[in-house]
Amino acid sequence: MSSKVKLIALSSAVSVMALSAAANDPVSLTIVSWGGAYTASQQRAYHEPFMEANPHVTIVNDDGSANALAGLRAQAQAGNVTWDLVDMLPSDAQLACDEGIIMQIDHDAMLAAAPDGTPASEDFLPGSLGECFIPQIVYSTVLTYRPAAFPDDKQPSSIADLFDVDNFPGRRALQDRPGTNLEWALYADGVALEDIYDVLATPEGVDRAFAKLDTIKDHIIFWTEGAQAPQLLADGEVAFATGYNGRMFAAIEEEGMAADIIWDGQIVEWDGWVVPADGPNLDTVMEYLYFATDTQRLADQAKYISYGPARASSAELVGEHADLGIDMAPHMPTNPDNYFAPIVLDNDFWVDYGDELRERFANWMLQ
Amino acid sequence: MADATADGGLTGSHTDKRGRLLTSDGTPLRRALERANRRRKLTALALVAPLLAFILIFFAFPIAQMMWRSVDNPQVVNALPRTLDALQDWDGDALPPEPVFAALHADMVADLERPRREQAIGPLGIRLNYELSAARSAISRTTRDVANFEAPYSEAFTSAHRLWGDVELWRIIQREGRPLTLSYYVAALDREYDAQGNIVKRDENRRIYVSLFGRTLALSVAITAMTFLLGFPIAYYLSVLPMRYANLLMIAVLLPFWTSLLVRTSAWIVLLQQQGVINNTLVGIGLIDDAGRFSLIYNQTGTIIAMTHILLPFMVLPLYSVMRTIPPSYMRAAKSLGARPWTAFRRVYFPQTLPGIGAGGVLVFIISIGYYITPALVGGQTGRMISNEIARHIQQSLNWGLAAALGSMLLVGVLVLYWLYNRLVGADSLKFG
Repeated sequence: MSSKVKLIALSSAVSVMALSAAANDPVSLTIVSWGGAYTASQQRAYHEPFMEANPHVTIVNDDGSANALAGLRAQAQAGNVTWDLVDMLPSDAQLACDEGIIMQIDHDAMLAAAPDGTPASEDFLPGSLGECFIPQIVYSTVLTYRPAAFPDDKQPSSIADLFDVDNFPGRRALQDRPGTNLEWALYADGVALEDIYDVLATPEGVDRAFAKLDTIKDHIIFWTEGAQAPQLLADGEVAFATGYNGRMFAAIEEEGMAADIIWDGQIVEWDGWVVPADGPNLDTVMEYLYFATDTQRLADQAKYISYGPARASSAELVGEHADLGIDMAPHMPTNPDNYFAPIVLDNDFWVDYGDELRERFANWMLQ
Repeated sequence: MADATADGGLTGSHTDKRGRLLTSDGTPLRRALERANRRRKLTALALVAPLLAFILIFFAFPIAQMMWRSVDNPQVVNALPRTLDALQDWDGDALPPEPVFAALHADMVADLERPRREQAIGPLGIRLNYELSAARSAISRTTRDVANFEAPYSEAFTSAHRLWGDVELWRIIQREGRPLTLSYYVAALDREYDAQGNIVKRDENRRIYVSLFGRTLALSVAITAMTFLLGFPIAYYLSVLPMRYANLLMIAVLLPFWTSLLVRTSAWIVLLQQQGVINNTLVGIGLIDDAGRFSLIYNQTGTIIAMTHILLPFMVLPLYSVMRTIPPSYMRAAKSLGARPWTAFRRVYFPQTLPGIGAGGVLVFIISIGYYITPALVGGQTGRMISNEIARHIQQSLNWGLAAALGSMLLVGVLVLYWLYNRLVGADSLKFG
């Protein structure tokens, strides 16, 4: 090779490097999520592999999801959007979407297809995609009990038992909001699963749900934060507690709490990503979203926490817990053995009637 | 002035023709004094300016903005200008006529053509849902197909969602079609508008805020009384001890200040819960049996205990600083004049501590009336306060108008109580240490 050719080769190599460096300026993504075990599962399943493949990207976790709506609105109004990606519930996402402070999503254009080529809009579980919302997981709110609180031959097994103080005495820890509690009250009162929201949309149905809740009112402790429910069970403060299935899984399997989950009437909901409008790093965020919501990544998250992947194609890839080595499939809310009587939380219903029912529920709690 | 004395007093050249006093350089004395005063005022102003600017920007301005939000009502005006025009002559008895629906159609179509961030229909749905459940989905469902609607529009709308056939929704649109509204305050007082537009009490099972305000007040009074009962003897003891022991004990009083609020609150949970330290000890020594464990937490008792502990230093410090200044000789004098110890305490000592009690009481009361984290963690349902509801509307329901109305009412309430205190006791007598 002549020196001239060498020179050209060298200079072109340098310019290629310079170009790629320009395309890969260091980027810092602020990703807002729920903190604790949940953020840890995202860190291992999504963030770390993405950062490995894209060394110029640093991901910073912010545990602000509980107040994400207020944060999104404040940032949009101040014209200073610092969050790149936010993990939130679909009902909150709908509110933010109506306000125009998060991006509308074209799912098929922005997200990966399933390995067999099924487009994203068909691969994600039915009803889970929102106008501005990309689901990651299915979680459920389940009833959990302490076997030691009941005689061996008389253990509870259904939502109806939660409302049966005579046969199953002891205090109950319920979440301090109408959602989940009103659905269960109607279910325990004999309303068919598919009719629950139709009944709840009528004044008589609401009265009926509150009347059912009245029967156990003196035995209720209300919890607010997700961590409180397993804590109350572990401390022996209550015999029953409702709670998020992932938290209960962590307490039972990882920390050895003596409690059992009742999958009857589990209340199923999605949780997923929204993209703040006018964020500073939209291009990188889109790359991240494409990567982090593909079939394999969603299945990977289930290695670290017992929430079900939101894609149908991920289900068969769910394996063992990364640290405990136990098979995760039986602990997934969507496992057929657990999914025999689910109530799918109706977010449209709660966005519409939430204010009114919340007031009535608060009033009821105080009386 | 030195010149004036040297000239033998204020005579001759030191007054002008009209007899006004002049300084040595010939300017009238009054103007010279004014100038010097102005300079001094400017210096003073420059010294406080940073703090003043800080308070204005970070305190006064946000409060003013919050109060503004409680009446600000731009959503309907922004989204439905044509509809509101067409509704002007509507009497509110039957469904509005076709031209109103046509105007609504025009408004919604026009809105769809704006850039997404400027679209006003989304916020409109959220706003109307505060007044009427399901109004949001009426709007969002209609928005999806509105571009394909054809005349007669009244039929198209009512078949898109049942609420368009509900006179109630139209009354709300007409009523809220003004840039300012009182409806957040109406809701904050557990009231609502009836069909004739009168403000009436809400359905009994939806009233929460008034009783919550009452409970917040009662809890704050109870907490203030508890801190007084516990703090007065401590402060007295501290004030009579020699300085070096007093300082040591003072550290014990201040220790809670230096511990994270969350740590202190969680410690109370460990102590007070049914399987907690206190109940276990009582059961262990046989004072109560297993079924008779006390409910000390997740209720009002929990809120009062934890908050009394947290706010105790705010009562002890002003009391201590006042008691320290009361000469012991007064009590001795009272006794030597024949007063029994109790009378001497009641008529000589106690009245002198009133400025400290007033200061401590006002501090503890005002802090506790807006307290929020501790009641949320240990208060259960019966021990929650109005600030928890405000926080919920700010962070979760995103109904900032209602949160602002509740917050403004709380602020005005505190100001009224302070004014009352000032009238009854006098704010000058406050002594914060």
